This record gives sequence, C-alpha cells and structure tokens, in this order.
Amino acid sequence: MSLELVLAAMALAISSAAAALVLPRASSKAQGFSAILMVSSMISGLAGAMMRLFGHADSLCGFPWQAAGGSAIGLDALSAFFLVPIFLIGGLGSVYGMGYWRRERHPRSARPLEVFWGLLVAGLCLLVIARHAMAFLLGWEVMALSAFFLVITEDFRHESRRAGFIYIIGTHIGILVLFAFFVLWRKATGSYSLMPIAGETIALGTMGALFLLALVGFGIKAGLMPLHFWLPGAHASAPSHVSAMLSGVVLKMGVYGLLRFLSLIEDPPAIWGVLILALGAASCVLGVVFALGQHDMKRLLAYHSVENIGIIFMGMGLALMGRSSGDPALIVLGLAGCLLHVWNHSLFKSLLFFGAGSVLHAAHTRETDRLGGLAKAMPWTAATFLVGAVAICGLPPLNGFVSELFIYFGLFGGLTRGGAGVSIVPVAAPLLAVTGALALACFVKVYGAVFLGLPRSPAARQAEEATLSMRFPMVILALACVLIGVAPGLTVLPLDEAIAPWKVAGGARLPSLASLVPLDALGGFALLLAVLCAFLFLVFAGKDRSRAVKGSWDCGYAQPTPRMQYTASSFAQSIVGLFSWALRQRVKRMPIKESFPRAASMQSHVDDAVLDGILIPAFRRLEGLSSWFRRFQQGLAQDYILFIFITVFLLLSTLLPVKDILARIFAR
Amino acid sequence: MIETAIHILLLALFPPLLLGVINKTKAVFAGRVGPPVLQSYLDIAKLLRKGMVLSSTTTWIFVAGPLVTLSAIAGAGLLIPIGAFPAILAFKGDFLLFAYLFALARFFTTSAALDTGSSFEGMGAAREVTFSVLSEPALFFAFLVLARISSSLSLDSMLRVPALGLAVGTTAPLVLIALGFFVVLLAETCRIPVDDPATHLELTMIHEVMVLDHCGPLFGVILYSAALKLFLLGAFFLHLVAPYSTGNPLIDWPLFAAEMLALCVVIGVVESITARLRMRRVPYLLVSAILLCGSAFILLVR
Repeated sequence: MSLELVLAAMALAISSAAAALVLPRASSKAQGFSAILMVSSMISGLAGAMMRLFGHADSLCGFPWQAAGGSAIGLDALSAFFLVPIFLIGGLGSVYGMGYWRRERHPRSARPLEVFWGLLVAGLCLLVIARHAMAFLLGWEVMALSAFFLVITEDFRHESRRAGFIYIIGTHIGILVLFAFFVLWRKATGSYSLMPIAGETIALGTMGALFLLALVGFGIKAGLMPLHFWLPGAHASAPSHVSAMLSGVVLKMGVYGLLRFLSLIEDPPAIWGVLILALGAASCVLGVVFALGQHDMKRLLAYHSVENIGIIFMGMGLALMGRSSGDPALIVLGLAGCLLHVWNHSLFKSLLFFGAGSVLHAAHTRETDRLGGLAKAMPWTAATFLVGAVAICGLPPLNGFVSELFIYFGLFGGLTRGGAGVSIVPVAAPLLAVTGALALACFVKVYGAVFLGLPRSPAARQAEEATLSMRFPMVILALACVLIGVAPGLTVLPLDEAIAPWKVAGGARLPSLASLVPLDALGGFALLLAVLCAFLFLVFAGKDRSRAVKGSWDCGYAQPTPRMQYTASSFAQSIVGLFSWALRQRVKRMPIKESFPRAASMQSHVDDAVLDGILIPAFRRLEGLSSWFRRFQQGLAQDYILFIFITVFLLLSTLLPVKDILARIFAR
Repeated sequence: MIETAIHILLLALFPPLLLGVINKTKAVFAGRVGPPVLQSYLDIAKLLRKGMVLSSTTTWIFVAGPLVTLSAIAGAGLLIPIGAFPAILAFKGDFLLFAYLFALARFFTTSAALDTGSSFEGMGAAREVTFSVLSEPALFFAFLVLARISSSLSLDSMLRVPALGLAVGTTAPLVLIALGFFVVLLAETCRIPVDDPATHLELTMIHEVMVLDHCGPLFGVILYSAALKLFLLGAFFLHLVAPYSTGNPLIDWPLFAAEMLALCVVIGVVESITARLRMRRVPYLLVSAILLCGSAFILLVR
C-alpha cells in the first residue's frame, strides 16, 4: 500500500510536468493546476512514506523494464525517510512558485521551470526507491539534468549560464565516478542490484576502491568541502524555490547514496568512519567561515549547506565507527544525528531560501549591504526567517539543536565508558561548537543587515510583504521546525525504523534512540522556556507600560543616515580577519593621498578556495599547455576530412598482416 | 523541597549583590568610598518601575532581546548545581543545553542591538559574536575533560568530580581547565581584561554598547541577566576551585555564599590591577584559554 501511494505520487509529479507543458504559457490558472497536482503528489507521497516510517512493512516489486535486466524498486525505511523532504519541498515549492515565479511575469521561463520541477521530483523519487543500479542511475540522471535546466532558468544572465555550466561539469564528473563505482560493484558482487550482500566477502582492496569511488561520486553531489566547487554559484543564481529544492533535497541524494551503499557493507574498515568524520568536521568549519565572507544572501545560504552537509557527515562517520567497533549506541546516535539533520536541514534551509526569495522579490537585490529594515514591511517573512535562523544555528528550543545533540552524544559517549583508551576523536566536539558559534555570528549578521535597522537603499524602502502563496509554505516549514524542537519524541519511531538495518553483524537489535537520549526532558525544557518567555513578555512588555518613541542614540550626531549603519561586511570583518588563512579576502580600496580627499570607495570579495583558487587556474594552465592543438582546428572542412581519412587509414593499417609481410621481406 | 526553594530564591535574589561587591572592591582599590554594596538592587528596582523609550527604528526584536536572554539564562540556572546542592533539573546531556542556552541569549542580545540601526551597537554585537567563537571551544574542551573524568554526561555529576578528591592523573587537567574557564568567565561576563563595564567611550565597549538604547524595565532586565550570568558561571567555576562541603546544609549554604563573594572580590582585584586589553589582543587571551583546556584534554588521551 505504501509503495503504491509513492508510485501514485510519482505519477502525479510527472502529470504536473505534463500539464505545465501543454497548458497555455501565460495563464496563471495553468500554473495553479500544475501546483495542485504537485500538492496532491505531496500528500500522497508523504502518506506513503509516513506509513512506512510508522510501522508498515518493507515492500519490493519488479521494475517493469526488461532493458534494466530484472531490476526492482522498493520502499524501506531509509527510502521513506528521504522521500519525506522530497515530496514536502516538492509540494510547498510549487505553491511558493505560484507567487514567486508567476506565469504572467515570466511567460518565457515559467513553463520550463514547472516542467522540470515535476520531472525533478519524479527523478528524485525514482532514485530513492530504486533497488538496481540501472534504475538508480536513471533517477540520478533525470535529477541532475532537470536540476541543470532549473539552474539556468534565467539563461539570459551570464551569471546563471556560468553557474549552470560549472554545475553540469561537476555533476557529470560525479556520474562518471558513479558509473565506475557500479561497474566495480557488479564485478565484486556479481549483480547490479542494491541488496545486502549475503555472506559474501569482498576483497579488502576492492572494498577500498568502492568506498573511495562512492565517497567522490556521492560527495560531489552532497557538496562536501573540497568537492563543493559547483554549489555556491548554482544555488545562488537559481530561482529561490529551486535553490530551496537543490539545497534542501537534491544535496541529500549524495548522503542517501552513500548511506545506501554503506548499509550494504556489514563490516566496514575502521578508517572509513574516521575519514568521513574528519571530512565532515572540515566541511562544517570551513563552510561556515566561507559563508561569513559572502555579501550575497543566497550565496551565503549556499555555503551554509556545505556546513550542514559537514554536520550530516560527522554523524555518518560516527555511525560507521560504531559499526566497525561493534558499538550499538554509537551507531544509533551517529545515524540518528545524520538522518534527523537531513530532515532538519531540508526544513530550515528551504525556509531560509524561501525567505531570501521573498526579500529578493520585494527589494530586487540579494546584496545584504543594500537591504535593511525589512522586518517592518515584511513581518511574516521576518518572523519565519528568524525561526529558520535560530534553527540553523542549532539553538534550543528548535529542531537544529536536537540533531546536533545526537551527534554530541555520540562524540562524548566514548568518554564516559571509563577504562583506558580515549581516542582523539572527541576533539570534533569543540569543532562542532565553533561551527555553532560561527553560524550564530553569520545569521545574526544576515538577520540584522536584512531585516533590522533602517533600509539602506530606495528599493529596500519600498519593499512589500510577500503574497499569501509565498507566506504559506514558509509558515508551514517554520511550524515544522518548532514542532521537532519542542516534541523531539515524535521522531523516535521513524529514526529507529531507518536505523534498524544497521545492526552489527550477528548482533542483537539496536537499542532505541529514546533509551539513549532524554528526549522527553528536552521537550519539557523547551516548553518551560516558552512559558518563561511568555510570562516575561506579559510582565515587562505589557500594554500598561508607558512608551515613548524617539530616534536611536547617535552619540549627539545631528544627521544620521541609514548608510552610517554597521554593514554586514563590517559585522563579519573581525571574524573574517581571524580566518584570513583560509579566506584570502580580496580588498580593493582607493588610498587616501591628499589632505582633503575626494570620495573614496572600498570593495571586498571572498573567492571560493577550490573553484577560483585551484580549479580555474589549473584548467587555465591546461588550456595553455594544449594550445598547440589549435593549429589542427582551422575550421576548414577539407582539413577535417583529411583527418578522418588519416585516422581511418591508421586504423585500417592495424589490420595489415605486418608480421607476414616482414617475414616475407626478410625471407627473401 | 526546601533545598529547591532556597536554590530558586538564591538564583532570584543573590546575583545583583555580586555586582555590588565587585564595584566596592574596585572602589576600595582606587581609594574611593564607592556605591553601597546593595546599590544594584536599588538600580534594578528603580528601572523596573519606569516607562520605556523605544527607538523609532526598532521592531519587536528589540523588546524580545532582553526577555529571551533572561529566560535562556534563567533556564540555564535550573541546570547547574550550586555548591553542595544538586541542580534543580538534571538529565543526560544537560551541559550541552547549558552551553547552547547562553548561545541563544547571545543571538537575541546581538539581534536586539542590530535592531537599533546604530553603528555603535553593531560594533558591540560584532565583537560579542567574534569573541564567543573563541570562548566556545575552550568551554567544550573543559566539558570533554569533565565528562572523561566523571564518566558522566550530566552537569550535576560532572561538576562533582573535584569534590570527590583528586587522583594523580586528573589533577593537572582540572587545574588547566580551571585556569582556562576563568578566562572564559571573564570574557563571557564582559569583565576586564576583555571588556570594561565602567568605561565611558562607546567605541571601546562590548556589552555596554550593545544595550545603549535599552532603558527602563528592559534595561533592568539586562542588568539582572548580566548578574545572573556571572552568578551561574561563578558557581561553575567554584566547583572547580573550591569544592568544599560539610554535609550540613545550614553551613553549606552560607559557605557557598561566602565563596561566591570571595570570587567577586577576586574579580574586583583582577579588574583593579590589570588594564583592559586592546581589542585586537583579546583573541590571543582567548586562544590561550583554548590551549589550556585543549592541553588538559590531551593529558587524558592515551
């Protein structure tokens, strides 16, 4: 039943794409119809996934396509867990799109956007329920290509084309690595199907190769730190609800792929977990540091995805270490942290991208230093963005805190067992704490610069609140963040279901998450905090207090202007300075020479360390080295025919019986 | 039951006294008479009775800032054991909540500061978040050490460790984290050498400049929250350096109060005999706290 509901949801997503394709290109009714189909796909898909997560059995059925060699699709708890964000953001995003990318305003680009949106959701769904390499790769490629067309929605802008180009290069390097991975998988296990290997053992060298291929192939998609180069540009220049989908859901497919592969290996070498944990820790600290250096609101959010993927990988690393060392508690805590953070990140990151979209829609700029004071004009967006900001910093009483808590428990757990032997691994805990503090700095910066203070530009002054169809998804997502934060006990059953297959070889059932973490105490404390807060509001900010309204304290200066406010760049400057060894900020300023200087200006920019620092210079050099090939490329058809002739001649000449000829010559 | 009541009363009423004692110590050092020890109570009482003046720039965040801060810090107060007495709420992992509640307070204090649109307050907020980036890892290294020595994940038993007597292998790490935590305490409560609570120039302040625009009851709440934060971090610190108890509650409560006041005298002395560091020197101090707590952890790794 649950698999049927998911398949129905997939069919509805495809029909939404088809409807968008055939209905008139500038009619808002057509857009509404396709959004209704997406919402019903969301309801059906969520129902199916939830049924599996709350206790229904796994289901499996053959994939009706002979070319794929008897492959199968199925729904187990891990698939169901990842289906939840796919359908949730798929449905809410299309509702958001009705206000954000209206067909009347974008007659040229709205239609392809809706078509590829539906295809993207269907591709993601196929990927997650696939149990065979062929179906998996089919879903993967549908996802990758629809995402490409979504990124270049505004293909008249150079920035979008460049971002799309880098994205497609990145994603196809990834898929090539995955081809190699699946071929090796076939060689090692004898089949293309993604099922646990029954009693077979793979040679250690092959295992290592499989692991590295999976790490690179899925790591590129997930945007793990050195492989994230395609991510900031693509997520910044796509339309905002597409960014929400890419950041909130599509990145997670890398995590899903790796988890699916690792769940099939019963006894991973210990070094895998340590490696993934270390990569995750590096990814989360550096991701947030790069985010702090950004001036573009959406680029900043994109770097935060790198950070959160780092946190997710830290949980995965802990779970792997638990599996290698046969520690059930560590498996449960690490995997619960990893999986719940997948949900949480998709909730608050989509919320933040929706919020950034509303700001962009209202003020027509993504530059934080040109915004300001929007909380007055856009109270709904400001309030929901605040929820997302507090949640992404991992602060109680919201959802981000809960998943980070699981990972902290995993990191601290090894210390409390007593006895000799403490490894260096818990050092990741202070790193996670630094990440939290940096994320806080970053989101205070964004929230303060965009929503608080006074508007810094005329456009920001004229901003208006987003339409209902844009506010509704934001409110739903904010409520979901609060719900998981105050009632974390609700997530126990889905998490236990999704973790269950990871039991140690020959071991007993894994302990329940609820027995390892005092979730009820956490929920109770969150409520206590809310009550305390409400009480203080009543006492100190009640209506009976006399209030007077004056300007802000300006130190006696008579004519303050909004441009004198502390900007986001100045706010982050001291931290950017602390991390200058990683960031290499470029600053362009006009030196002041005369006694009475004229108007001065100053620009600062933080490049991406991998893309702008390594890849582009490296490819430039490669281009320079291979420039002598150009003399063969004169554009003359005769030349090319000559080349073909020479090639064919050379190929045919390999057929000549050279040995015989030589033998005859020398025989004479 | 009675102990819980005393605990809550102490949390509610004791903190402003600490500010009075610190100020009195500084006055004595400077050869002044200084304000009465109970002056902070009078200040807060006066402020709470006033009306509010709000900046036309601000939104509800400005009002929420001090109130959420107070709730978060008061919530943290329920999690920490005081002297010989257990915490009101104790569960596995409460130390993480303790640390993150201070972060929640920081989020809302700094956001409220940015809400005024004033450059000064932005400057203070930027400094606050920057320095916390460095004090947070020091605190977490201290947690690692305490979790390792106590084999527990609850503040209540983690902080009991020094009271149980010192083994050979654990003395050095505890001394190191006590030193590191003292630096964190000074930084988090905005005392000299990190921040000067009595300075008069906005450009050189951290905490005081963030709350320039708050007045009346909101400012009273801020003063009280600052005192409460000092009280909580002080109680944490006392577990590390003065883990004494007699087993008799009638003696233990006054003993704790006396220890706390002695700590305030020490802070007052530190403030009197050292100068505030230049802003760009503060990170060095905090990094040394990270190194102290980090080396404490390394001593335990084997």
